[in-house]
Amino acid sequence: MIQFYLNGKLHSEDNLPPTTSVLDYLRERVGLTGTKEGCAEGDCGTCSIVLVREEDSNPVYEVVNSCLMMMPQLDGKCVVTVEGLESEAGFLNPIQDAMVQSDGTQCGFCTPGFVMALYALRQGGEEISDGVIHTALAGNLCRCTGYRPIIEAAHEACRTHTQDAYGGLTDLDAENHYQVDDQQFFAPESLTEIADIYATIPDAYLLAGGTDLGILTSKERQPLTMILHTSNVKELNEINETEEAIEFGAAVTYTRALPYIERLYPSFATLISRIGSRQIRNIGTLGGNVGNASPIGDTPPCLIALDATLKLYSKEGERELPIEDFFLDYRKTDLKPGEIIKSIGIPKLIENQEFRTYKISKRYDQDISSVIGAYRVEIESDKISNIRTGFGGMAATPKRALVCEKALIGEPWKEETMVSAASAVIEDFQPIDDHRASKHYRLRVAGNLFTRLYRDIANVEDVIEVMAS
Amino acid sequence: MMDGIDTNAIIGAAHDKVKHDSAIKHVTGKAVYIDDLPTLPGTLEAVFITSSHAHAIIKSIDISKSASMAGVAAVLSVKDIPGQNDIAPIHDDEPLLADGVAEYVGQPIAILAADTYDQAFTAAKEVAIEYEVLEPVLSIEEALEKEQYTGPTQLMQRGDSAGAIDSATQKISGEISCGGQDHFYLESNIALAVPGEDTDMLVYSSTQHPSEVQHVVSHLLGVAFNDITVEVRRMGGGFGGKESQPTIIAGAAAMLAAKTGRPVNCRLRRDADMVITGKRHDYLFKYHVGFDDSGQIEGVDIDMAMRSGNVADLSIGVLARTLCHGDNCYYLPNVTFRGYPCKTNTVSNTAFRGFGAPQGMLVIETIIEHIARILGKSVEEIRAVNYYGTDDRNITPYGQTVKDNIIVELTERLAKEVGLEDRIVAVDKFNAENKTLKKGIAMMPVKFGVSFNTPLLNQAGALVHVYTDGSVHLNHGGTEMGQGLFTKVAQVVATVFQIDINNIKISSTRTDKVPNTLATAASVGSDLNGMAAFNAANTIKARMTEVAASHFAVDQADIKFRQNRVYAGNDSLSFADLAQLSWVERVSLSATGYYKTPDLTWDLKTMTGSPFYYFTYGACISEVVIDTLTGESRVLTADILQDCGNSLNPAVDYGQIEGGFVQGMGWLTSEELVWDDKGRLLTHGPSTYKIPGSRDVPPELNIHILEDAPNRVPTIFRSKAVGEPPIMLAISVWLALRDAVARLADGTRMPKLNAPATPEAILRAVDDICSKVSE
Repeated sequence: MIQFYLNGKLHSEDNLPPTTSVLDYLRERVGLTGTKEGCAEGDCGTCSIVLVREEDSNPVYEVVNSCLMMMPQLDGKCVVTVEGLESEAGFLNPIQDAMVQSDGTQCGFCTPGFVMALYALRQGGEEISDGVIHTALAGNLCRCTGYRPIIEAAHEACRTHTQDAYGGLTDLDAENHYQVDDQQFFAPESLTEIADIYATIPDAYLLAGGTDLGILTSKERQPLTMILHTSNVKELNEINETEEAIEFGAAVTYTRALPYIERLYPSFATLISRIGSRQIRNIGTLGGNVGNASPIGDTPPCLIALDATLKLYSKEGERELPIEDFFLDYRKTDLKPGEIIKSIGIPKLIENQEFRTYKISKRYDQDISSVIGAYRVEIESDKISNIRTGFGGMAATPKRALVCEKALIGEPWKEETMVSAASAVIEDFQPIDDHRASKHYRLRVAGNLFTRLYRDIANVEDVIEVMAS
Repeated sequence: MMDGIDTNAIIGAAHDKVKHDSAIKHVTGKAVYIDDLPTLPGTLEAVFITSSHAHAIIKSIDISKSASMAGVAAVLSVKDIPGQNDIAPIHDDEPLLADGVAEYVGQPIAILAADTYDQAFTAAKEVAIEYEVLEPVLSIEEALEKEQYTGPTQLMQRGDSAGAIDSATQKISGEISCGGQDHFYLESNIALAVPGEDTDMLVYSSTQHPSEVQHVVSHLLGVAFNDITVEVRRMGGGFGGKESQPTIIAGAAAMLAAKTGRPVNCRLRRDADMVITGKRHDYLFKYHVGFDDSGQIEGVDIDMAMRSGNVADLSIGVLARTLCHGDNCYYLPNVTFRGYPCKTNTVSNTAFRGFGAPQGMLVIETIIEHIARILGKSVEEIRAVNYYGTDDRNITPYGQTVKDNIIVELTERLAKEVGLEDRIVAVDKFNAENKTLKKGIAMMPVKFGVSFNTPLLNQAGALVHVYTDGSVHLNHGGTEMGQGLFTKVAQVVATVFQIDINNIKISSTRTDKVPNTLATAASVGSDLNGMAAFNAANTIKARMTEVAASHFAVDQADIKFRQNRVYAGNDSLSFADLAQLSWVERVSLSATGYYKTPDLTWDLKTMTGSPFYYFTYGACISEVVIDTLTGESRVLTADILQDCGNSLNPAVDYGQIEGGFVQGMGWLTSEELVWDDKGRLLTHGPSTYKIPGSRDVPPELNIHILEDAPNRVPTIFRSKAVGEPPIMLAISVWLALRDAVARLADGTRMPKLNAPATPEAILRAVDDICSKVSE
């Protein structure tokens, strides 16, 4: 049985196919048609809803894409849709009122999604700036207004803060198995439990946030039969920090990891805040980004450059692997049947080490990289004593530019050095042409980014990302 | 007369900043779009089965397996069409379902309806189509070489351009191309067809053109127009993408509904919408220009080739508008514009906000810039010597006299207000101080012709009822796609009756209320429908005036409608009481209104006439920064001054300006449609096709509506159209990006930058100009 609060009312469902999307449920089963389908791939935000959870006894409001979520993921959760925002007396929520006052709606189709994203922002109580608003709205597309009145509404509504009753509705427990006909959904709570299940059904689909897998059910309408959900496993949600390193459980979401990464590797944090959107980051996980082994995933190049270590776990036990050795070929990893990623350990930067990463895409927010470069560089007495890189979009797997690294180590830390190293890029990579970028462009940019790296660290010039904040 | 009407005494009068009528419904999720309508029992879900080849003979279609699958109610192909297989909006023989040959990847070949969408989706995969693959023609260049067009080529000519170019002291030649653009309305195309008695069919269609849907459905089903009723309350965005294209979706739904006798819902999922339906036309331009040492153009010759796609659809009209806007704001004494509607094996491109005008302006602005760079002068200097005059040099290449020209004052004022000269100095300073980041700045002046190019399309009807409690029902042929048309027309009616706008019920556009309507397009929705509703309301008002005059025993001239009341001197009645009294007196309180735009002429054969009732003007100055290492760019500021005449609703117009600007910016920067060498669209969803997000909006975006600028012709309350013109203001962004590239050299080299200016395109232009500098 799946149990959840929907706009404050308890719902129990025991006959829905587990691959039913939350969006289809809302629109077709319970007639809440305020939530819309714009793309069914988590990129437009018209289907945005808010989940309320508790952290340190405080309610946390997180906006998510209902198109990418399967119904059992709601088990134990508190859900708010646009229909749940008006007060009982029929007064508009301050966000709704501000959107009306600022002329923030034209065709209105994207509006409920914007309202939900802004509702989560307002309930979160963040300090507001244009940059914060852009970050909060990166997952919502509007084709009519040009956004300015929506941004204005966000400023206006976020001047005040109100508690609402949904914050108290986080008392439900989740069940760990749900089955309808031949479709099974497992949501175990411990590492040993998940390893046992996975050993028995190694061809089950691993579901973490579902920001990738959700497309199979949402767009491709695939009735997956065996789904193994990682989000409820306690060990996979742990974050452990020591003097030397930080270790993120594989099911830690980007949103939860972000404050730690911000403190330890600010450039990496800037990149993470460009991955997908808040909707995606609230549910997408670091382990998922590594596990699906996309050559254009954003975190793997950074994790490679930072020399991260993966802990892999199965019924046979636990092993450690440098992340660099994890990616074998296009979407192929070193994971054995029945094995999952348990955690990702990242060494902290030591003295003289700098870390930078640059993502190049057609749009700043919520786009997939054409090229991503990540660099951990050690500078001692004006020389590059060490450099470790990671690149995405340049090969079938995320990987280091070893020839470039070699050309740089021991060389003087100046711009000319970087320019000459850039010419080695062609020895490291043979990228492909596709709709995001040509091979020529990828090579050219990968080379040029070494120049940006120098100018950025040496503080010679702003990088263009500054212009975007 | 209407110019002197009192608009201050009521809520929601013309010229007030009235909120969109559905704003509260939008924010609460209560605004009903077609997919939100309650599902009728037995409703089927429809899907399309489309061609997987760009060009192929369809040898066979085997539906046997799919037809027997769970839930499937019908599978139809071309042989099952009871009427004509023709959805052409203007011409003939544009098929709904491919007949013998498939001409683009994604062309509908069969349609299928099942109890649920999942059943339909699954069964559609089992329709087996056997093809004999033919060689496709995919690009404009290939089609030009084969002289393969979807309609007649166009020629607009004045004077002797070849001679003028020949004898000019300065000459340039060049080539420029621009990409297409997906509409990306957030609500993808949808229709719900509900069969009624006999051969009746009610079709809910997300369309800008209900009458077109009505006509096409009746053709397909072989029934009369009066059997088909089309209704649309609102669209979740249109932008031209729902002008002709909805006939595909509504046609499919209606055929399946007629076949099964059950309601059929057909909602294109995003990818299907992007693959099956048309987009903005991409273009290739080649130009030869002769000019004097001051930069004044003496002769210009431009080939304008569009990718029309597999059929003409609206391409011929789009092309004509490109030719009609190849002058933008400039007097061109000797002109040859040739237009080529290239037939390709790609989706048929269609209307998109601007309707070809933005593309025409891209090329003439490129020419102006090219002249400036060659002469080492500023672009503004070149513009100044080429702008249309007010008394002379004021006839367009198609022979229309420009009578309302304000472009010089408007651009000078904007340049002064933003301090353009100082800003250019600041840009140079920044560029001197920064090695990898470079700024650019540019202005874009816009003159846009208002009216459908084809005179007969400029007509509209409205229907107004006054009920005996004084409430008013308003209907007209215009459709609401978010642009605020319904609000504006309601303001017109409120103003005529001098009653608060909340007394006026805005209702769905329906073909059985106002017949034989035209598309809500060409920016003229409020010009036409506003005037039609004005006429309808005035008809009723005249009758009510007569009743009031008789009641108060005064002359009709002494009756005044004011503040929800009707006055004869100090005596008065409420508007509602007068309505009741009129009924008692057996006076009709219902009227239709009709309007046609006067004084329009157009001859498509000679490409001459006066097709535009008036011109609207605007200008924008944008400043950008590019990263010369990666080609990334940011728009830093944009300042807009836009002519809206006496704006009917500044709040709505403001929204049109900023929304249009951002949409145009997307077209010219991040929105890139990519097809592979088999003609398959690779960018068919928001994960791969990137429209602007909130962060892409310039952090400083200042928009001003030109004040005290009544339309010189008597449009509705002297307002001007505003739907499309702002798209073209965004060309300033593209020009500024090219300016940033040009500033890498000494400014006299013309950078090679096409549209869209993606990071890759910018980096290519940077590398190109840098390599020439180092040579």
